[in-house]
Amino acid sequence: MVNIVNALVSPTPSPSVTPPEGFVPWEQTLRGDSLLLVAIKAVAILVFLLLSVLFAVWFERKVISRMQERIGPNIHGPFGLFQLVGDALKLLLKEDVSVTKRDRVLYIAAPLISVICAFLVFSVIPIGPAVRIPFTEDVTPLQLTDFPVAALFILACAAVGVYGIVLGGWASGSTYPLVGAVRSSAQIISYELAMGLSLVTVFMMSSSMYTQDIVAAQADLWFGVLLLPAFLLYIVAMVGETNRLPFDLPEAEGELVAGYMTEYSSIKFAWYFLAEYINMLNVSAVATTLFLGGWRAPWPLSAVSDGVLNTGYWPVLWFLAKVWLLMFFFVWVRGSLMRLRYDQFMRLGWKLLIPIGLGWVVLWGVARVLYVKDWLPSVKQVTVPAAIVLGLATVVVLFWPSKPGEEKTGRGRVKEIDATAGGFPVPPKPGEKLPPSPRSTRTVDARSQAKEKGDRDKG
Amino acid sequence: MTEHMNPYVPILVMIGVATALAVAGVVVSRFIGPHRYNKAKLSPYESGMEATPGAAGGGRVPIRYYLIAMTFIVFDIEIVFLYPWAIAYERLSLFGLVAILSFLALITVPFVYEWRRGGFDW
Repeated sequence: MVNIVNALVSPTPSPSVTPPEGFVPWEQTLRGDSLLLVAIKAVAILVFLLLSVLFAVWFERKVISRMQERIGPNIHGPFGLFQLVGDALKLLLKEDVSVTKRDRVLYIAAPLISVICAFLVFSVIPIGPAVRIPFTEDVTPLQLTDFPVAALFILACAAVGVYGIVLGGWASGSTYPLVGAVRSSAQIISYELAMGLSLVTVFMMSSSMYTQDIVAAQADLWFGVLLLPAFLLYIVAMVGETNRLPFDLPEAEGELVAGYMTEYSSIKFAWYFLAEYINMLNVSAVATTLFLGGWRAPWPLSAVSDGVLNTGYWPVLWFLAKVWLLMFFFVWVRGSLMRLRYDQFMRLGWKLLIPIGLGWVVLWGVARVLYVKDWLPSVKQVTVPAAIVLGLATVVVLFWPSKPGEEKTGRGRVKEIDATAGGFPVPPKPGEKLPPSPRSTRTVDARSQAKEKGDRDKG
Repeated sequence: MTEHMNPYVPILVMIGVATALAVAGVVVSRFIGPHRYNKAKLSPYESGMEATPGAAGGGRVPIRYYLIAMTFIVFDIEIVFLYPWAIAYERLSLFGLVAILSFLALITVPFVYEWRRGGFDW
């Protein structure tokens, strides 16, 4: 007890964390880059992102077509790959219509803010370890820069990107964009919280915000496995953050036309469009870096001849494979799930994801501190009580008495539904029956009609 | 190499390159796109009808959005305070844990209050 009180009053610094095996001070190799090399890398990232977005559009159209038993783009070029070049050029050649009620400066600035912020995230994403540049002796990491708050910088870029959306909708001076913009910003900031919470435990395990350190800390075990709840939280939050189905409420066509970009055309629309797809790539790359081991080879391959596949230019392959798996996940989700209603969406974000995120941080924080202090009970001490508790829980779940009158829903059984569940009218699903309307029993005329209808149904 | 570059300089370079591309796109499209404007094209979108005159300076939006924005700021600051602790929790040990848990509890009380008062119901 005295120990605990002492520990509370005066924090005793434990020995600093030892760097993992094969640790290289990345920031030193990075800072050796010349300004010319930095500029080349920046342009390379830009070109990489532009090409990736073009490919992503084609990829999405193709995959979603296959999921809907269509063929998708197949006319121009091999596999319809040139379709997207035409799409991009078309946008550039379109008439640039500026709505009359716009705010002159912000109307142009907003899409620029969006797209510039989207471009920035990749500058701290490690695509590979230090490699030798071909035809020279120089060694440089496959990454533009890395600094002590690199991971925070990613979140900062996402946050500033919201300005592009809010200002775009506001500066259009039109109704639909305004509503779309406030919806979109409320959505993005809500899911940014869930995203931020999911990263706390990652930083606990890496003890660093250098992205290369975070990748290095996952050499043995991916954080996506170790911190599975945080990873799942991040996956949901990243779909909400990028305004993708099933969370694409800002662009709900039936309600808002095209959301905040309704009044934008030509290249300004293209920048918003580009920003959306780059953001998909960004969140996928961040998920890869923080949860899926970054550029490191997946497990069976990482063991091949002492990790030769983790050196040289091989990591680029693993990085791209992981990112495009996540991109496929985005398309898959779009092909499978329906759009949520706005109230459902906000409820999911605020009442489920954020409490789960907070709970997970508290749980993991307490467990880690107990572990560091060596106060955790041993495995033997835990196993027997845990087995008993688990067994009891199984028994309780299996033999939990169901309430009488609470019929299980299933095929062939008719279940009455509340037609105005939660204040929103819902149509009955197959096998469900609407309760009789209270209005039909009020008048004699309606009652006789209802009886007649009932007779007809029986007959 | 002894002379080290500040790690934030590449970010500035990246901002420069990205801005150049974005602005160049806007300028180029102004020159190569057609310009055949008419009144209907330039008016705010309103399903093909005459647009309702919007309020000066944007217009009004439901108060809920402001509520969400304010709550967001509280939580965002909370998360930003969680990060330094997450980096240094091993050295801060039990002291840091108790401190951060009290901080979380303090934030959770208004969170529950807002929840109960229907601040998150849409």
